[in-house]
Amino acid sequence: MSDLPFLLILMVLPLVAGFGLLAVPEDRHDLIRRITLGVSLVVLVLAVFMTVAFEPSGPRFQFVQSYSWIPDFGVRFALGVDGIALVMILLIGLLVPVVIGASWNEGADAGRGTGKTGSMRTFFAWLLILEALLIGVFAATDIFLFYVFFEAMLVPMYFLIGSFGGPRRQYAAVKFFLYSLVGGLVMLASVIGLYVVSANEIGQGTFAFDALRQISIDPDLQKLLFLGFFIAFAIKAPLVPFHTWLPDAGAEAPIGGAVLLVGVLDKVGTFGFLRYCLPLFPDASRAFAPAILVLAVLGILYGALLAMGQTDMKRLVAYTSIAHFGFIALGVFAFTTQAGTGAVLYMVNHGISTGALFLIVGMLISRGKSRTIGDYGGVSSVTPLLAGAFLLAGLSSLALPGTNSFVSEFLVLLGSFGPYPVFSILATVGIILAALYILLMYQRTMHGPIKPAVGGFKDLNKREMAYLSPLLALIIVLGVYPKPLLDIITPAVNATMADVGAEGSTAQAGNGGDD
Amino acid sequence: METQYLPASGLLGSAWLLVVIPLLGAAVLLLGGRRLDKIGHLIGCATILLDFVLAVALVAALAGQPDGEKAVTDTLFSFIPVGELQVDIGLLLDPLSAVFILLITGVGALIHIYSVGYMGHDPDRRRFFAYMNLFVAAMLLLVLGNGYVVLYIGWEGVGLASYLLIAFWYRRPAAATAAKKAFIMNRVGDVGLIIAVFIMFATLGSTSFADVFAGASGLAAGTVTALGLLLLLGACGKSGQVPLQAWLPDAMEGPTPVSALIHAATMVTAGVYLIARSAPLFDLSETARTVVTIVGLVTLLYGAIVGCAYDDIKKVLAYSTVSQIGYMFLAVGLGPAGYAVAILHLLTHGFFKAGLFLGAGSVMHGMNDEVDMRKFGGLGSKMRITYITFALGYLALIGFPFLSGYYSKDLIIEVAFDSGGALGWILGGGAMLAAGLTAFYMTRLMVMTFFGRPRWDKDAHPHESPAVMTVPMIILSLGSVFAGFILVNVFPLGAWLEPVFGPEPEADHVVAPIVVSILTTVVVALGVAAAWFFVARREVPIRPPVNVSPVIKAARANLYGDAFNESVFMRPGQWLTRAMVYVDNRGVDGAVNGLAAGLGGTSGRLRRTQTGFVRSYALSMLGGALVVTMAFLAVRFV
Repeated sequence: MSDLPFLLILMVLPLVAGFGLLAVPEDRHDLIRRITLGVSLVVLVLAVFMTVAFEPSGPRFQFVQSYSWIPDFGVRFALGVDGIALVMILLIGLLVPVVIGASWNEGADAGRGTGKTGSMRTFFAWLLILEALLIGVFAATDIFLFYVFFEAMLVPMYFLIGSFGGPRRQYAAVKFFLYSLVGGLVMLASVIGLYVVSANEIGQGTFAFDALRQISIDPDLQKLLFLGFFIAFAIKAPLVPFHTWLPDAGAEAPIGGAVLLVGVLDKVGTFGFLRYCLPLFPDASRAFAPAILVLAVLGILYGALLAMGQTDMKRLVAYTSIAHFGFIALGVFAFTTQAGTGAVLYMVNHGISTGALFLIVGMLISRGKSRTIGDYGGVSSVTPLLAGAFLLAGLSSLALPGTNSFVSEFLVLLGSFGPYPVFSILATVGIILAALYILLMYQRTMHGPIKPAVGGFKDLNKREMAYLSPLLALIIVLGVYPKPLLDIITPAVNATMADVGAEGSTAQAGNGGDD
Repeated sequence: METQYLPASGLLGSAWLLVVIPLLGAAVLLLGGRRLDKIGHLIGCATILLDFVLAVALVAALAGQPDGEKAVTDTLFSFIPVGELQVDIGLLLDPLSAVFILLITGVGALIHIYSVGYMGHDPDRRRFFAYMNLFVAAMLLLVLGNGYVVLYIGWEGVGLASYLLIAFWYRRPAAATAAKKAFIMNRVGDVGLIIAVFIMFATLGSTSFADVFAGASGLAAGTVTALGLLLLLGACGKSGQVPLQAWLPDAMEGPTPVSALIHAATMVTAGVYLIARSAPLFDLSETARTVVTIVGLVTLLYGAIVGCAYDDIKKVLAYSTVSQIGYMFLAVGLGPAGYAVAILHLLTHGFFKAGLFLGAGSVMHGMNDEVDMRKFGGLGSKMRITYITFALGYLALIGFPFLSGYYSKDLIIEVAFDSGGALGWILGGGAMLAAGLTAFYMTRLMVMTFFGRPRWDKDAHPHESPAVMTVPMIILSLGSVFAGFILVNVFPLGAWLEPVFGPEPEADHVVAPIVVSILTTVVVALGVAAAWFFVARREVPIRPPVNVSPVIKAARANLYGDAFNESVFMRPGQWLTRAMVYVDNRGVDGAVNGLAAGLGGTSGRLRRTQTGFVRSYALSMLGGALVVTMAFLAVRFV
């Protein structure tokens, strides 16, 4: 069974279905929805199957497939996943059906005075194509192939924002596209540079990750190549000061697009740090780590303070993500097993909890027709289920123990404390700010007397409960029993830490001596 | 003190049920929705009563264990296994946690029953019982955890329950704000606790009690002191101690049974538990212990002074709680001589303060939820049971001879003097002075509420509460009377806790105990007399007098604790946030756009043309990249 080209199927299926949708008549909304949901559920089932079949103690890359693509340049269509890529693909598999549920009527009213141009068919087509490309970007083990996916995934997201977003969607879409594109171009220079280096070192140019990982590159050259990758990923993640595109894109994107943008697409940046920056350029990574950690901690505090000052709910959630990406970057560049594992788990958990938060904010906006926090108040009295879901997602965002995010945040902070106590302590202060921005928003929208505009709100309907409850359940389940995911992630992180030459690949500074 | 934690077996292996039963209760009540409205309170009470029975059985089983085997652990499952870090979810049942599970489930059950009546008219009673069950589950996890991470989960869990219950009447903005304030100020303390956990892992490679206590003696002195102070920060947040005290009085916005259970008898004493549990660490750092005693002294005086000035019956009791927990901190800070004494006061306080709060709730219940004591008066004749049970709690709190508070508070003052040196005199003297203040503010409260002429609002028709409320009050008042005597003379608490804290050191009395006792009683009598003289002998004005001394003004403004927080943290924080939003919108984003516009000469039309976008973002990206690259290369890191 595991001989099947799982990863290829995972990509081809949504890709073909996405283009196939164009053959369905535009007004057959139910058919379009069913095809899209069906395909995405098949992808989810396959991803779950892969996760179960994955052997944490086995080879680093599993489900490996390699096809010749551009032999003249040694480019291969090579796929494979380590524990890190696998959990990200699982996250994609989970979030896409959820997003479909949340976007059930997206584009149904196209051309009826809403000002939105896209139809339902195009929305779901772009969504499926995006899913295929996102899986590709995590599954690629050939750097050129990775680069192609990295750029290609911008296209569907550009159209999802530009055709289906809020009032300033054009501005936001172009801003998003250009930031990412410029980052990608800087990376392309480094990708080509790597090819040249490999041609010099082993006589034959290659883009294969495993081959490139094993050649040692002159430290000064490493720094230049590192920066090419780093800047692309730092824009994508995004780290302060590369972040200004995210609040606009996150606020203007349709809710489904925002969930995938912040939940998955941005993680390509932090995934890139782990997969490419650390193993390929270990010397440069170690040299730049302290400076990057400064950016990470800055992002945690800056993102949190800005989140507190927002009046627009979607922008607020976008800014919280900037703070959360700071935590992930802190975990990646602290170079300990605990912090790195925490960072990867954080990538998954953030997709779940911020995804839920975006979805719930979207539900509020669909009822109140406003993104402004001040337009709401006392919602808890009117829609207790929605309020309860909001609170649970919010508690996860502020990393309350018992929720999924606590485990990842705890690991990042604990793992970075050993080598970098000051950064860890500063980041820990961020948990106070997280409580502030979540509870302030919650109080302003949910508590207090019922505002007139809110009085007629309906509580969660069955469809909303159906797509929200898996995320809410996972917030608790992964908060209580994260071990299965940790067991998959830790070996991959260990391998990465060994690549970068982290000492002992553990945070422990003193000697245990007590067991 | 070498205590072995043995694996739990038989009945002792079922301690996990204590946590799971109320947790299930909370889940059923929350997920069951409106259809459980009619029986929600019964489910809520049943789980806690069941828990109490189980707790009694567990403690009996533990008492039956041979000496040296009175601490059993039960590892339930692996929680966070990553490399060297192996965090398990596991429980520890020892004499210390045994005392707490009895207190939590016993007082918890009484307050759950009381709430059936108190919340009887509330349409959201089911939700109330769900949160209360959640609280009990989290609190039990806190005291049963066998390591700092498990403790922390319970610690934050009770914080969540406290948040939910303070905000129970969330339509009132004051309640919503008080809940948020409580959560945030607790989080400040939590930062201390969690950093302590990081240090434990960094230096000892483990966060379980067994490993940390075993390795503590090998730690550098500075590390142990840092751990002690960080744990103290956490304890201050949870227990409402200076400088993190301001949330606790505001928490009175919650329903009164919440104030009784969470903000008097159990949760707020978690800080005392944390320090007592960490005794092997505090034993190693005199500096940390001294800071604990000073925090305790400052807080017990602070609470007692402010308590004299408030007219809101619940706020007076809240400041009294702040003050009484200050006594407990003072005692735990005194080390081996004080640990058991602190726990004794924690227990007796649990009885009489819970009883006092329930009494206050009964008064409010009969007075249309009025809390202003200036509008009470003469209620003694209208609610006899409330009056008598409240009076017994009052006598216990002020330390009337041979009632509960007399035993525990006297002992604290005694060990404070015994600690020796100038500090001993200051601690003992301060604690004794505060006993006088306690007598003053509590007598004032009694007089204004139950004595004198009625000053009720026109529509007030005070009446006694139903039996479902008065019976728990009666039981707690029996505890207020006898608990001290029993725990000193019949089932000596000190001996029970000896496996945890080691043998109590031979006291080296600076002042003879009998002298302390007599002096304290005299000071208390003076406090009562002063209240009689200033409050009872004259008519209580309906409106608080305006022309008062600066001291009273300051006390009414809680010695400017809130004003300090507002001017030092809140307003600068708001200002900073606004400034940064401005900078991020117009500065970081605008600067690159503006720069690009200037260079490209297309400033006016920039936002309309896509070519303008390309140029501006390309420039901003390259500009940003350039700055970062230069910064990286300029700073030469090895």
